[in-house]
Amino acid sequence: MKVKSERPRVLVVDDYPDAREMYAEYLQYSGFDVIEAGNGIEALERAADSAPDIILMDLSLPVMDGWEATRRLKADKATADIPIVALTGHALAGILEGAKNAGCDAFITKPCLPEDLVKEIQKVLSAATPSTTRTRRSGKYAKTNG
Amino acid sequence: MGQAAAALGDDQLLAAKVRLLEAFVSRSDITDCTQYALQWLAEVLGLSPSLCLLRPEGEEALFTVGAHGLPGTAASRFIASLEDWSSPLVTAFSNREHAFFRSAHTAAERKRRPSTPFEDSAFHVVPLLAAELHHDAFGLLLIGGGGALPSELRWFTALFAQKLAQVLRQQALMEGDRKQGRERSLLYNIINAVTDPILLTDTEGRLLIANQRALTLFTASEEESEGRRGAVRMNNMLLSSALSSKAIEETGAARRELLLVNPADGSDLVFELLSAITDDPRQGSGVVSILRNVTDLRRASEEIEENYRRLRIAEVQARAESDRLNLIIDSVADPIVVTDASGATSLMNEPAERLFTVPVRASALEQRWVQANDAHFSSFIAGMLVSADQRRVGEIALIDPKLGEPLPVEAIAGKIVSDHGELTAVVTILHDRREALEKGKLYEQLKGASDELERRIQAATSDIAHQNELLRRQAIELEQASALKSQFLANMSHEFRTPLNAMLGYTSMLLQGVAGPLDSSAKRHLSRVESNGRHLLTIINEILDISRIEAGRMPLQVSRFDVPELVAEVRSELEPIIMRSKLAITVHLPKDVPQLVSDRQKVKQILLNLLSNSLKFTHQGRITVSATRNARDRTMSLSVSDTGIGIAPSDQAKIFEDFRQLDNSPTRAYGGTGLGLSICRRLAQMLDGSISVQSQVGKGSMFTLVLPIRGRK
Repeated sequence: MKVKSERPRVLVVDDYPDAREMYAEYLQYSGFDVIEAGNGIEALERAADSAPDIILMDLSLPVMDGWEATRRLKADKATADIPIVALTGHALAGILEGAKNAGCDAFITKPCLPEDLVKEIQKVLSAATPSTTRTRRSGKYAKTNG
Repeated sequence: MGQAAAALGDDQLLAAKVRLLEAFVSRSDITDCTQYALQWLAEVLGLSPSLCLLRPEGEEALFTVGAHGLPGTAASRFIASLEDWSSPLVTAFSNREHAFFRSAHTAAERKRRPSTPFEDSAFHVVPLLAAELHHDAFGLLLIGGGGALPSELRWFTALFAQKLAQVLRQQALMEGDRKQGRERSLLYNIINAVTDPILLTDTEGRLLIANQRALTLFTASEEESEGRRGAVRMNNMLLSSALSSKAIEETGAARRELLLVNPADGSDLVFELLSAITDDPRQGSGVVSILRNVTDLRRASEEIEENYRRLRIAEVQARAESDRLNLIIDSVADPIVVTDASGATSLMNEPAERLFTVPVRASALEQRWVQANDAHFSSFIAGMLVSADQRRVGEIALIDPKLGEPLPVEAIAGKIVSDHGELTAVVTILHDRREALEKGKLYEQLKGASDELERRIQAATSDIAHQNELLRRQAIELEQASALKSQFLANMSHEFRTPLNAMLGYTSMLLQGVAGPLDSSAKRHLSRVESNGRHLLTIINEILDISRIEAGRMPLQVSRFDVPELVAEVRSELEPIIMRSKLAITVHLPKDVPQLVSDRQKVKQILLNLLSNSLKFTHQGRITVSATRNARDRTMSLSVSDTGIGIAPSDQAKIFEDFRQLDNSPTRAYGGTGLGLSICRRLAQMLDGSISVQSQVGKGSMFTLVLPIRGRK
């Protein structure tokens, strides 16, 4: 696990397996290294041990919700620099604000087609200030055909 | 005796006689004279013992005035009563005769002779006679001895008697003078004791006699003050003039008033002058005046007069007051009756008289009414008198005596109490209650009607309140239901979208060949799955929007943006549909179209909706998007007009309602939730704008969104 692939690594956090696996499959198809988590606690563990380049965070999660997980990730120096894209089916007012307050870098409303999700992730990654380690792999983003 | 006389010579006898005469001349006292005379008689004529008896003026007895040669006091105390007519002494005295009594030796002899100091010895009785012949004897000389009396005794007796008579006369004169003096002094004392001035004046007014009080008024010595003397002079003048005029005018007693000055202090004194003319044959006519001080009396009388005058004034005032009061009482239209403490009527005004007095030529019926009124009123007053109330208000059922109609009155009675707390009167005012009762009746009716009205209004009000309450509850319930519905819809749309998300995602991935290449038929089928999925998503999104708006969870995100850019964005988003529709889309934007300050996302949503509607309902022709600035009210109009099927006027209002699509049939030609225009209308309202439609069936429609250029944040 220490030897990372050149592909940017995405941590997909979603409790709904169909959605999570769909996005994971399409992200892998689009050239990303994907790891998955089903709740907030798992997300924290994966983020700690897998060092993802970006996290796709569903907000409505069991055990620990996405807002709390986001706050903890942003509070931890080791994970604070990882961009987090919030993903939610709740489009009601307040959700967006809550996500931003929690530390999310971007916000995507479900339903979201896989190709649109990939576009958003690429946008966030390119906008993020690349760290030294990430500069090393910044040039190796796999271009999807979508 | 004869011998003794003989013993003296003639010269001696004469000398003795001269001595006797001298002694008589020099003596004026009877006892003195008698004692000398009896002494002389013994010495010169040798006649002794002797006794001299005299009858004082007015006495019926002879008293011893002198004795000689008789031992003891018995002789000097001897008295012979003249009333004892049988006594030989009395007989001698009355008869003015000499008498001789022999010495007695037997009891019979003693019986015949009077009892004298000579006892049984012989004695002579010689009467003492006054010069005038007709006068009685005034005394007796008794001389002891049995012999004859010498002739010289006659001379002696005459002389002695004459002397005694003279002395007695003198004594009587002196006695008279003393008596007169005493009486005069008594008189003076009496008149001085009188406090009223008394004076006697002669006919010329000169003061003859005055008592002490009069002297202080009418006399003054030279030593007294000038003021006092002046006062006295004036008093004299006043008195003289009063008396002179009196004396001339009238005779006898007269009364008149005399004003004098008090010399002591100069104050005025008023006297009543009583004067009477006296006629004295010796003194002549005079005037006796008695002055009675009536100053105090006058003052008192004046005071009484003054008091009386005041009383009269007070009486006049009281009468005037009473008249005024009567006038007032009479002018009051309400009957007023004043009763005294016993309940008797003391005063009543004219209206009261009509009720309580029997008029002249009253009918029997009228009299009875009046009597009935009187009885009712008396009973009211009696109740008032026995009660402790100061005021009493009651109702009395009287009768109008003229008409015989019932006259209910309200009686207001008040007690009038004197300063001593004594009830002096009761004043009662009667007030006709008929009008009040009539009014009361009307008022009752009115009140009844009013109460009924109020009751009805209250019923209606409570009904309305009840309805309102129901409505309010319903509103709350509806609100709650609506909120629940919104929440439910929000939740459901989320729940819908989660699987839809996966469906659309996998469809998209299949179509992209993620799972390997597909044949054309499979691609076509997957495309249908995708388009229906998208449609379902649109419906879900619209439902979600409505829910959010209704739940108030659609916040405004106001920003400044360019309209042309927005229109281009909308157009590009709908490009695939535009391409398919083969309609000509024209955009007319003026060059100076201003930037809008509003919620860009919502304006875009409205325009998207309007344009997609036009595309949906227009089969041929053109669609024009235009913007117009309305400078007057600082608004901008964004219009989308088409040459589509159009909307009938009767339906134009309905299209903005929720879930409304004009064709509700299950086989309707056009898809959609029917929420699009409803959402547009709500969004426009949120942006302080409005949305309207102009349309003609078969010709096309024009939807216009009007927004403020500078929306509020």
